[in-house]
Parts: sequence; structure tokens; C-alpha cells
Amino acid sequence: MSKLLPWIAGAALVALPFIYNSPYPLHIIVIILIWSFVYTSWSVMGRFGLVSLGHGGFLGVGAYVNALLWNNFGLTPWIGIPLAMLAAAGLAVLIAYPCSRFRITGHYFALVTMALSAIVLQVITATRDVTGGSLGYTPQRVPGGSSLFAFQFTDKETWYWIALAIWGGGLFVRWYVDRSMMRYALEAISEDEDAASAAGVHVTAEKLKITALSAAMTALGGALYCQYQMFISPDTVSGISASLQMVFASVVGGIYVLLGPTVGAVITIMLAEVLRIGFGTAAVGWDNFVYGILLVLFIIYLPQGIVGSLMAKLRGARVGS
Amino acid sequence: MLEVNGLIKRFGGFTSVNNVSFKVDQGEILGLIGPNGSGKSTIFNMLSGFFPPTAGSIRFQGRELAGMAPYAIIQGGIGRTFQIPRPFRRLTIFENVALAGYYGQEGRTRAKAFESAEKALTLVGLPLDRHAPVDGLGAAGLKKLELAKALATEPKLLLADESLGGLDEHEMDQAADMLNRIRAELGITIIWVEHIMGVLMRVVDRVMVLDHGEKISEGLPSEITNDPRVVEVYLGSDAVAVQAMAAARG
Ligand SMILES: Nc1ncnc2c1ncn2[C@@H]1O[C@H](COP(=O)(O)OP(=O)(O)OP(=O)(O)O)[C@@H](O)[C@H]1O
Ligand SMILES: [Mg+2]
Repeated sequence: MSKLLPWIAGAALVALPFIYNSPYPLHIIVIILIWSFVYTSWSVMGRFGLVSLGHGGFLGVGAYVNALLWNNFGLTPWIGIPLAMLAAAGLAVLIAYPCSRFRITGHYFALVTMALSAIVLQVITATRDVTGGSLGYTPQRVPGGSSLFAFQFTDKETWYWIALAIWGGGLFVRWYVDRSMMRYALEAISEDEDAASAAGVHVTAEKLKITALSAAMTALGGALYCQYQMFISPDTVSGISASLQMVFASVVGGIYVLLGPTVGAVITIMLAEVLRIGFGTAAVGWDNFVYGILLVLFIIYLPQGIVGSLMAKLRGARVGS
Repeated sequence: MLEVNGLIKRFGGFTSVNNVSFKVDQGEILGLIGPNGSGKSTIFNMLSGFFPPTAGSIRFQGRELAGMAPYAIIQGGIGRTFQIPRPFRRLTIFENVALAGYYGQEGRTRAKAFESAEKALTLVGLPLDRHAPVDGLGAAGLKKLELAKALATEPKLLLADESLGGLDEHEMDQAADMLNRIRAELGITIIWVEHIMGVLMRVVDRVMVLDHGEKISEGLPSEITNDPRVVEVYLGSDAVAVQAMAAARG
């Protein structure tokens, strides 16, 4: 039964728009799926103690590189998105390599990568002639609104299925890493790098692999977000606050469980929506404030996150009975 | 198989290993002894790439190791344990050993790695249960795990650092027997650092003695135990008992 459950849930999710497709809820669900994918991408490495605050940078690279290639060269996102993912992976290697060589780990790793987020934001803002700066950027729309070549779609159902597939793909990647030998190596590295190399692990190579993977996935999320919203601004897809949001959501949901970041996305996005609808523009920025408080509370009282703690409880109950 | 020449390690102004040269032959068990702080672990750390030597060369099967990264040396056929066991507590016992089986050699498959892990666990006498956590192990168990990790990398030369401290008489005998089997069954050459002379002298073919980072003696157990310098700096009042043991072995 528990083997079948993911398939049943998956089929139900795929069928959802046939049964229920009112635009606003569907829009929120698409947004949740895209961010769930981004948070899951962050957790692919975050769960091994590689707490990056540089992922805002990768998100920005993904969103902007693809959009810039489209607007300036008419390059289809089918090529632009992979290029943007490559660019993010390259950037990730550029920063992770010296970090690994000089053994910058833990808090220091978070700080160094945080600088990357800030730099990407600065670059986007400073090159306003090309990127539109802090006013944001819009990919050129194709006449008619929908085009597979331009990866632009006007109907929410199509976007729902795209986002669902990408989210599912993200979960699959994380699940795959978790059951591979790579997990053993990364778990060992997070505990004791020297002991890991005594087992033959090439510590730097393993770290670079997972960082590049996580960055490329995050860039895909950024590009997808841009194609869906048809508008990006440096504050939403880059910078430290975007990175912090990934950490908030993942920690709240639970980084050690597959669906933790997804649950984190549901909670944080619903919270932002409720604040927005309830308080309007007066509440702008409140969500970040609330996240901040939540993060501190969670790290102290529920370090396993909501899903992680629930699962531990359930397991405990099962063992107890 | 291993040829070390003029090995020196300085930490700042302090010389921890001073101009040490020695050879190890294929299939041999070499005992490495000396007082605390005499440089035994430092030599192991240089042989396995964890400390770059200040000077000197380390030739292993014709290849120079000085300057190579630890993972490359491990993959190249040297296995090491740590004096104080360093298990991965977030992994199970089996996963600890399987990790070494997978990454300890190039181009391993998962199936092959699991096979090596099972072999190593069986040899040291740890359970093959995939889910047994490290936290259940006592001092003796952790030392066995340390050894199993090193064996799973399928080394040709094993550097075993003080594997017996904190064990009782029976556990020590078992461990000594284990090293003998490792050589006999797997054909692995061993350098063994050990403070417990009684056990060491029963197992090793040759002994090298360090004091303050310098090699002061080298030879058969019976020769070493009768060397006045070794008696003076290391064996002390135990000399007579250890001599008897070495002699009994012939
Ligand atoms: N990383 C290091 N930095 C500075 N000094 C070191 C370092 N590692 C070892 N030493 C020093 O080198 C000397 C030799 O240490 P080593 O650990 O090799 O001794 P040992 O023979 O293994 O001793 P024991 O029998 O206690 O294990 C000691 O004085 C030690 O303090
Ligand atoms: Mg030592």
C-alpha cells in the first residue's frame, strides 16, 4: 500500500486541472510547485550540512541568462535554459572549489556564498542598460501568447503540468542522490573530511558535484519562474533575501525528508498570500519578518522541521504500539 | 614494496620526524614502536598523504607518494586506520565500510563495494546487518570498524595505528590473531604501531624503534628487545618480560 501511495498521489495531481481549474488557486499551486522545486534543489546539498546562501545568485543567473538570450538573440529557452543551468553550475564550481580547498565549511561557507548572492544582485542592478536594473525585466512575448518554441503559454493548465513535472523531477533527483553511494560520501564528508579521504573519497570532487547539481537545478527553477511570470526583478530572483527564503522554507518543512522543502513552500507561500490579501500593501515585507522569527523558533525547537518531526513522532508511535 | 628515504617532518620549529629511512618487504609485518610523541603517527600521516613531508621520499611499488593527495594514495593501495577511531556516526556500520569499499578503489560498482564490505566485516567479526548503528559499538567494536574500513579499500599495504589500546586480554589476542589472518588470507603487508609489547612481539617479523622522531633501532624482535638503547628509552622495567616473549617465539 505505502508503495502505491506515491503513484496514486501522483495520478491525482496530474488529473487535478480536469476536475478543478479555477485560475487563482491554480496560479498559487503553480507558484508553490516552482518554489517547491527550488527549495528541494537547495536541500539537495543543504541536507549534507552544505548550507549555501548563494543560491539566490544561481536563481538569478538562471532567470536572467535565459531571458537575456531570448530577448537579445532570439535563442529558444530550450537551449537558453540549459545554458543558464550550465552558467550557474560553472559559477557554483568557481566558488565551491576554493571553499573546499581552503576548508571553508559551516558558517564560513554560508558567509562566503552569501557574498555571491549579493554580487549577482549588484551585477544585475548595475548593468541596468542590459538587465533593466531594479525595475525588473520582461521576456518579449510572442504574438498570440503561446508558443512551444518560446516556451510561453497563456493557459494555467499547461503551466500546472510543466511545474508538476519539474517538481516531480526535482524530487526524483533528490531521492536518487539519497539512495546512491554519493550520499554515503557526502554524509561522511559532513562529519569528518579527513576520515572520508582515508576511505578514498575525493572530498573536493564530491562537494563540487553536488554543488553544481544543486545550482543547476536552482537555475532551472529561476528560468521557469521567469517564463511563467513573464517578469523578473533582482529582488525576487536574486540576492540574499532570496537565498534566505530558500533556507527558511526548507528548514521549516524539514531538510532531511524528501517532502520537507515542499511543505515549507506551501506554508511560506500561503503565509505570504494571507498577509497580502489580509493587509494589502501595508504588509509588504512582513512575510520576511515572520519567516525570520519562524526560522529562529524552528532551529531551536523543531530542528527536524515540520515533516521531519511528524515522521519521527509517527515512527515512535509505531514502535511504541 | 615500500621504500622510505630521509623522511623529515617539521611543525614550525619542532621536528617530529627526523631523517627516517626504512624498507618494508612484500608480505611482511613490521612493528613500529616508540614512546609517546616519538613520531609514529606522524610517519603514518605522511605515508598516507595527510601530512606532506618536509623532506624525503616515499616510494610505494615504484611510485613516489610524497605530494599525492590522501584519496589518491588510498586508491593506490594503502589502507590506514586512525589511532583514535573516526567512525561516521550518521552512517550505519555497514555503510561506513561500504563507503570505503566503494571509494577505496577506482571504478568500483556498488555490488563490488558491498561484497568488499561484507568480507571486511566478516574478517573483523562485526555484524553484517545493514541497519546496525555505530552508536551501539564499544571501544573494541570501534577499533574493529576502523580496521574493517581500511580493509574494505582492499589495500596492499595496511597502516594499523595502535589498534589495541583499551582492550582486554582476550580482545587483544583476537586482534593479534586477526592481523595474522589479514596477512595470511589476504596477503596484505602490514606496518603496525602498538604499545602493548607482549602482543606485538608475537606477531611481527621485524621491529623499528623511534625516539624523538629518530630511528634508534631496527631488527628482529629478539634483537630489538636486547638492544640496550631500546631498553633504556622504551622497554624499561618491562624489558625482561618482553625479552622472554620474543625469545619464546624463537
Ligand atoms: N599536526 C601537528 N602539529 C604540530 N605538532 C604535531 C602535529 N602532529 C603531531 N605533532 C607532534 O609531533 C610529535 C609526534 O607525534 P606523533 O603523534 O607522531 O607521536 P606518536 O609516536 O604517534 O605518539 P603516541 O604513541 O602517543 O601515539 C608530538 O610531539 C606531537 O605533538
Ligand atoms: Mg600515535
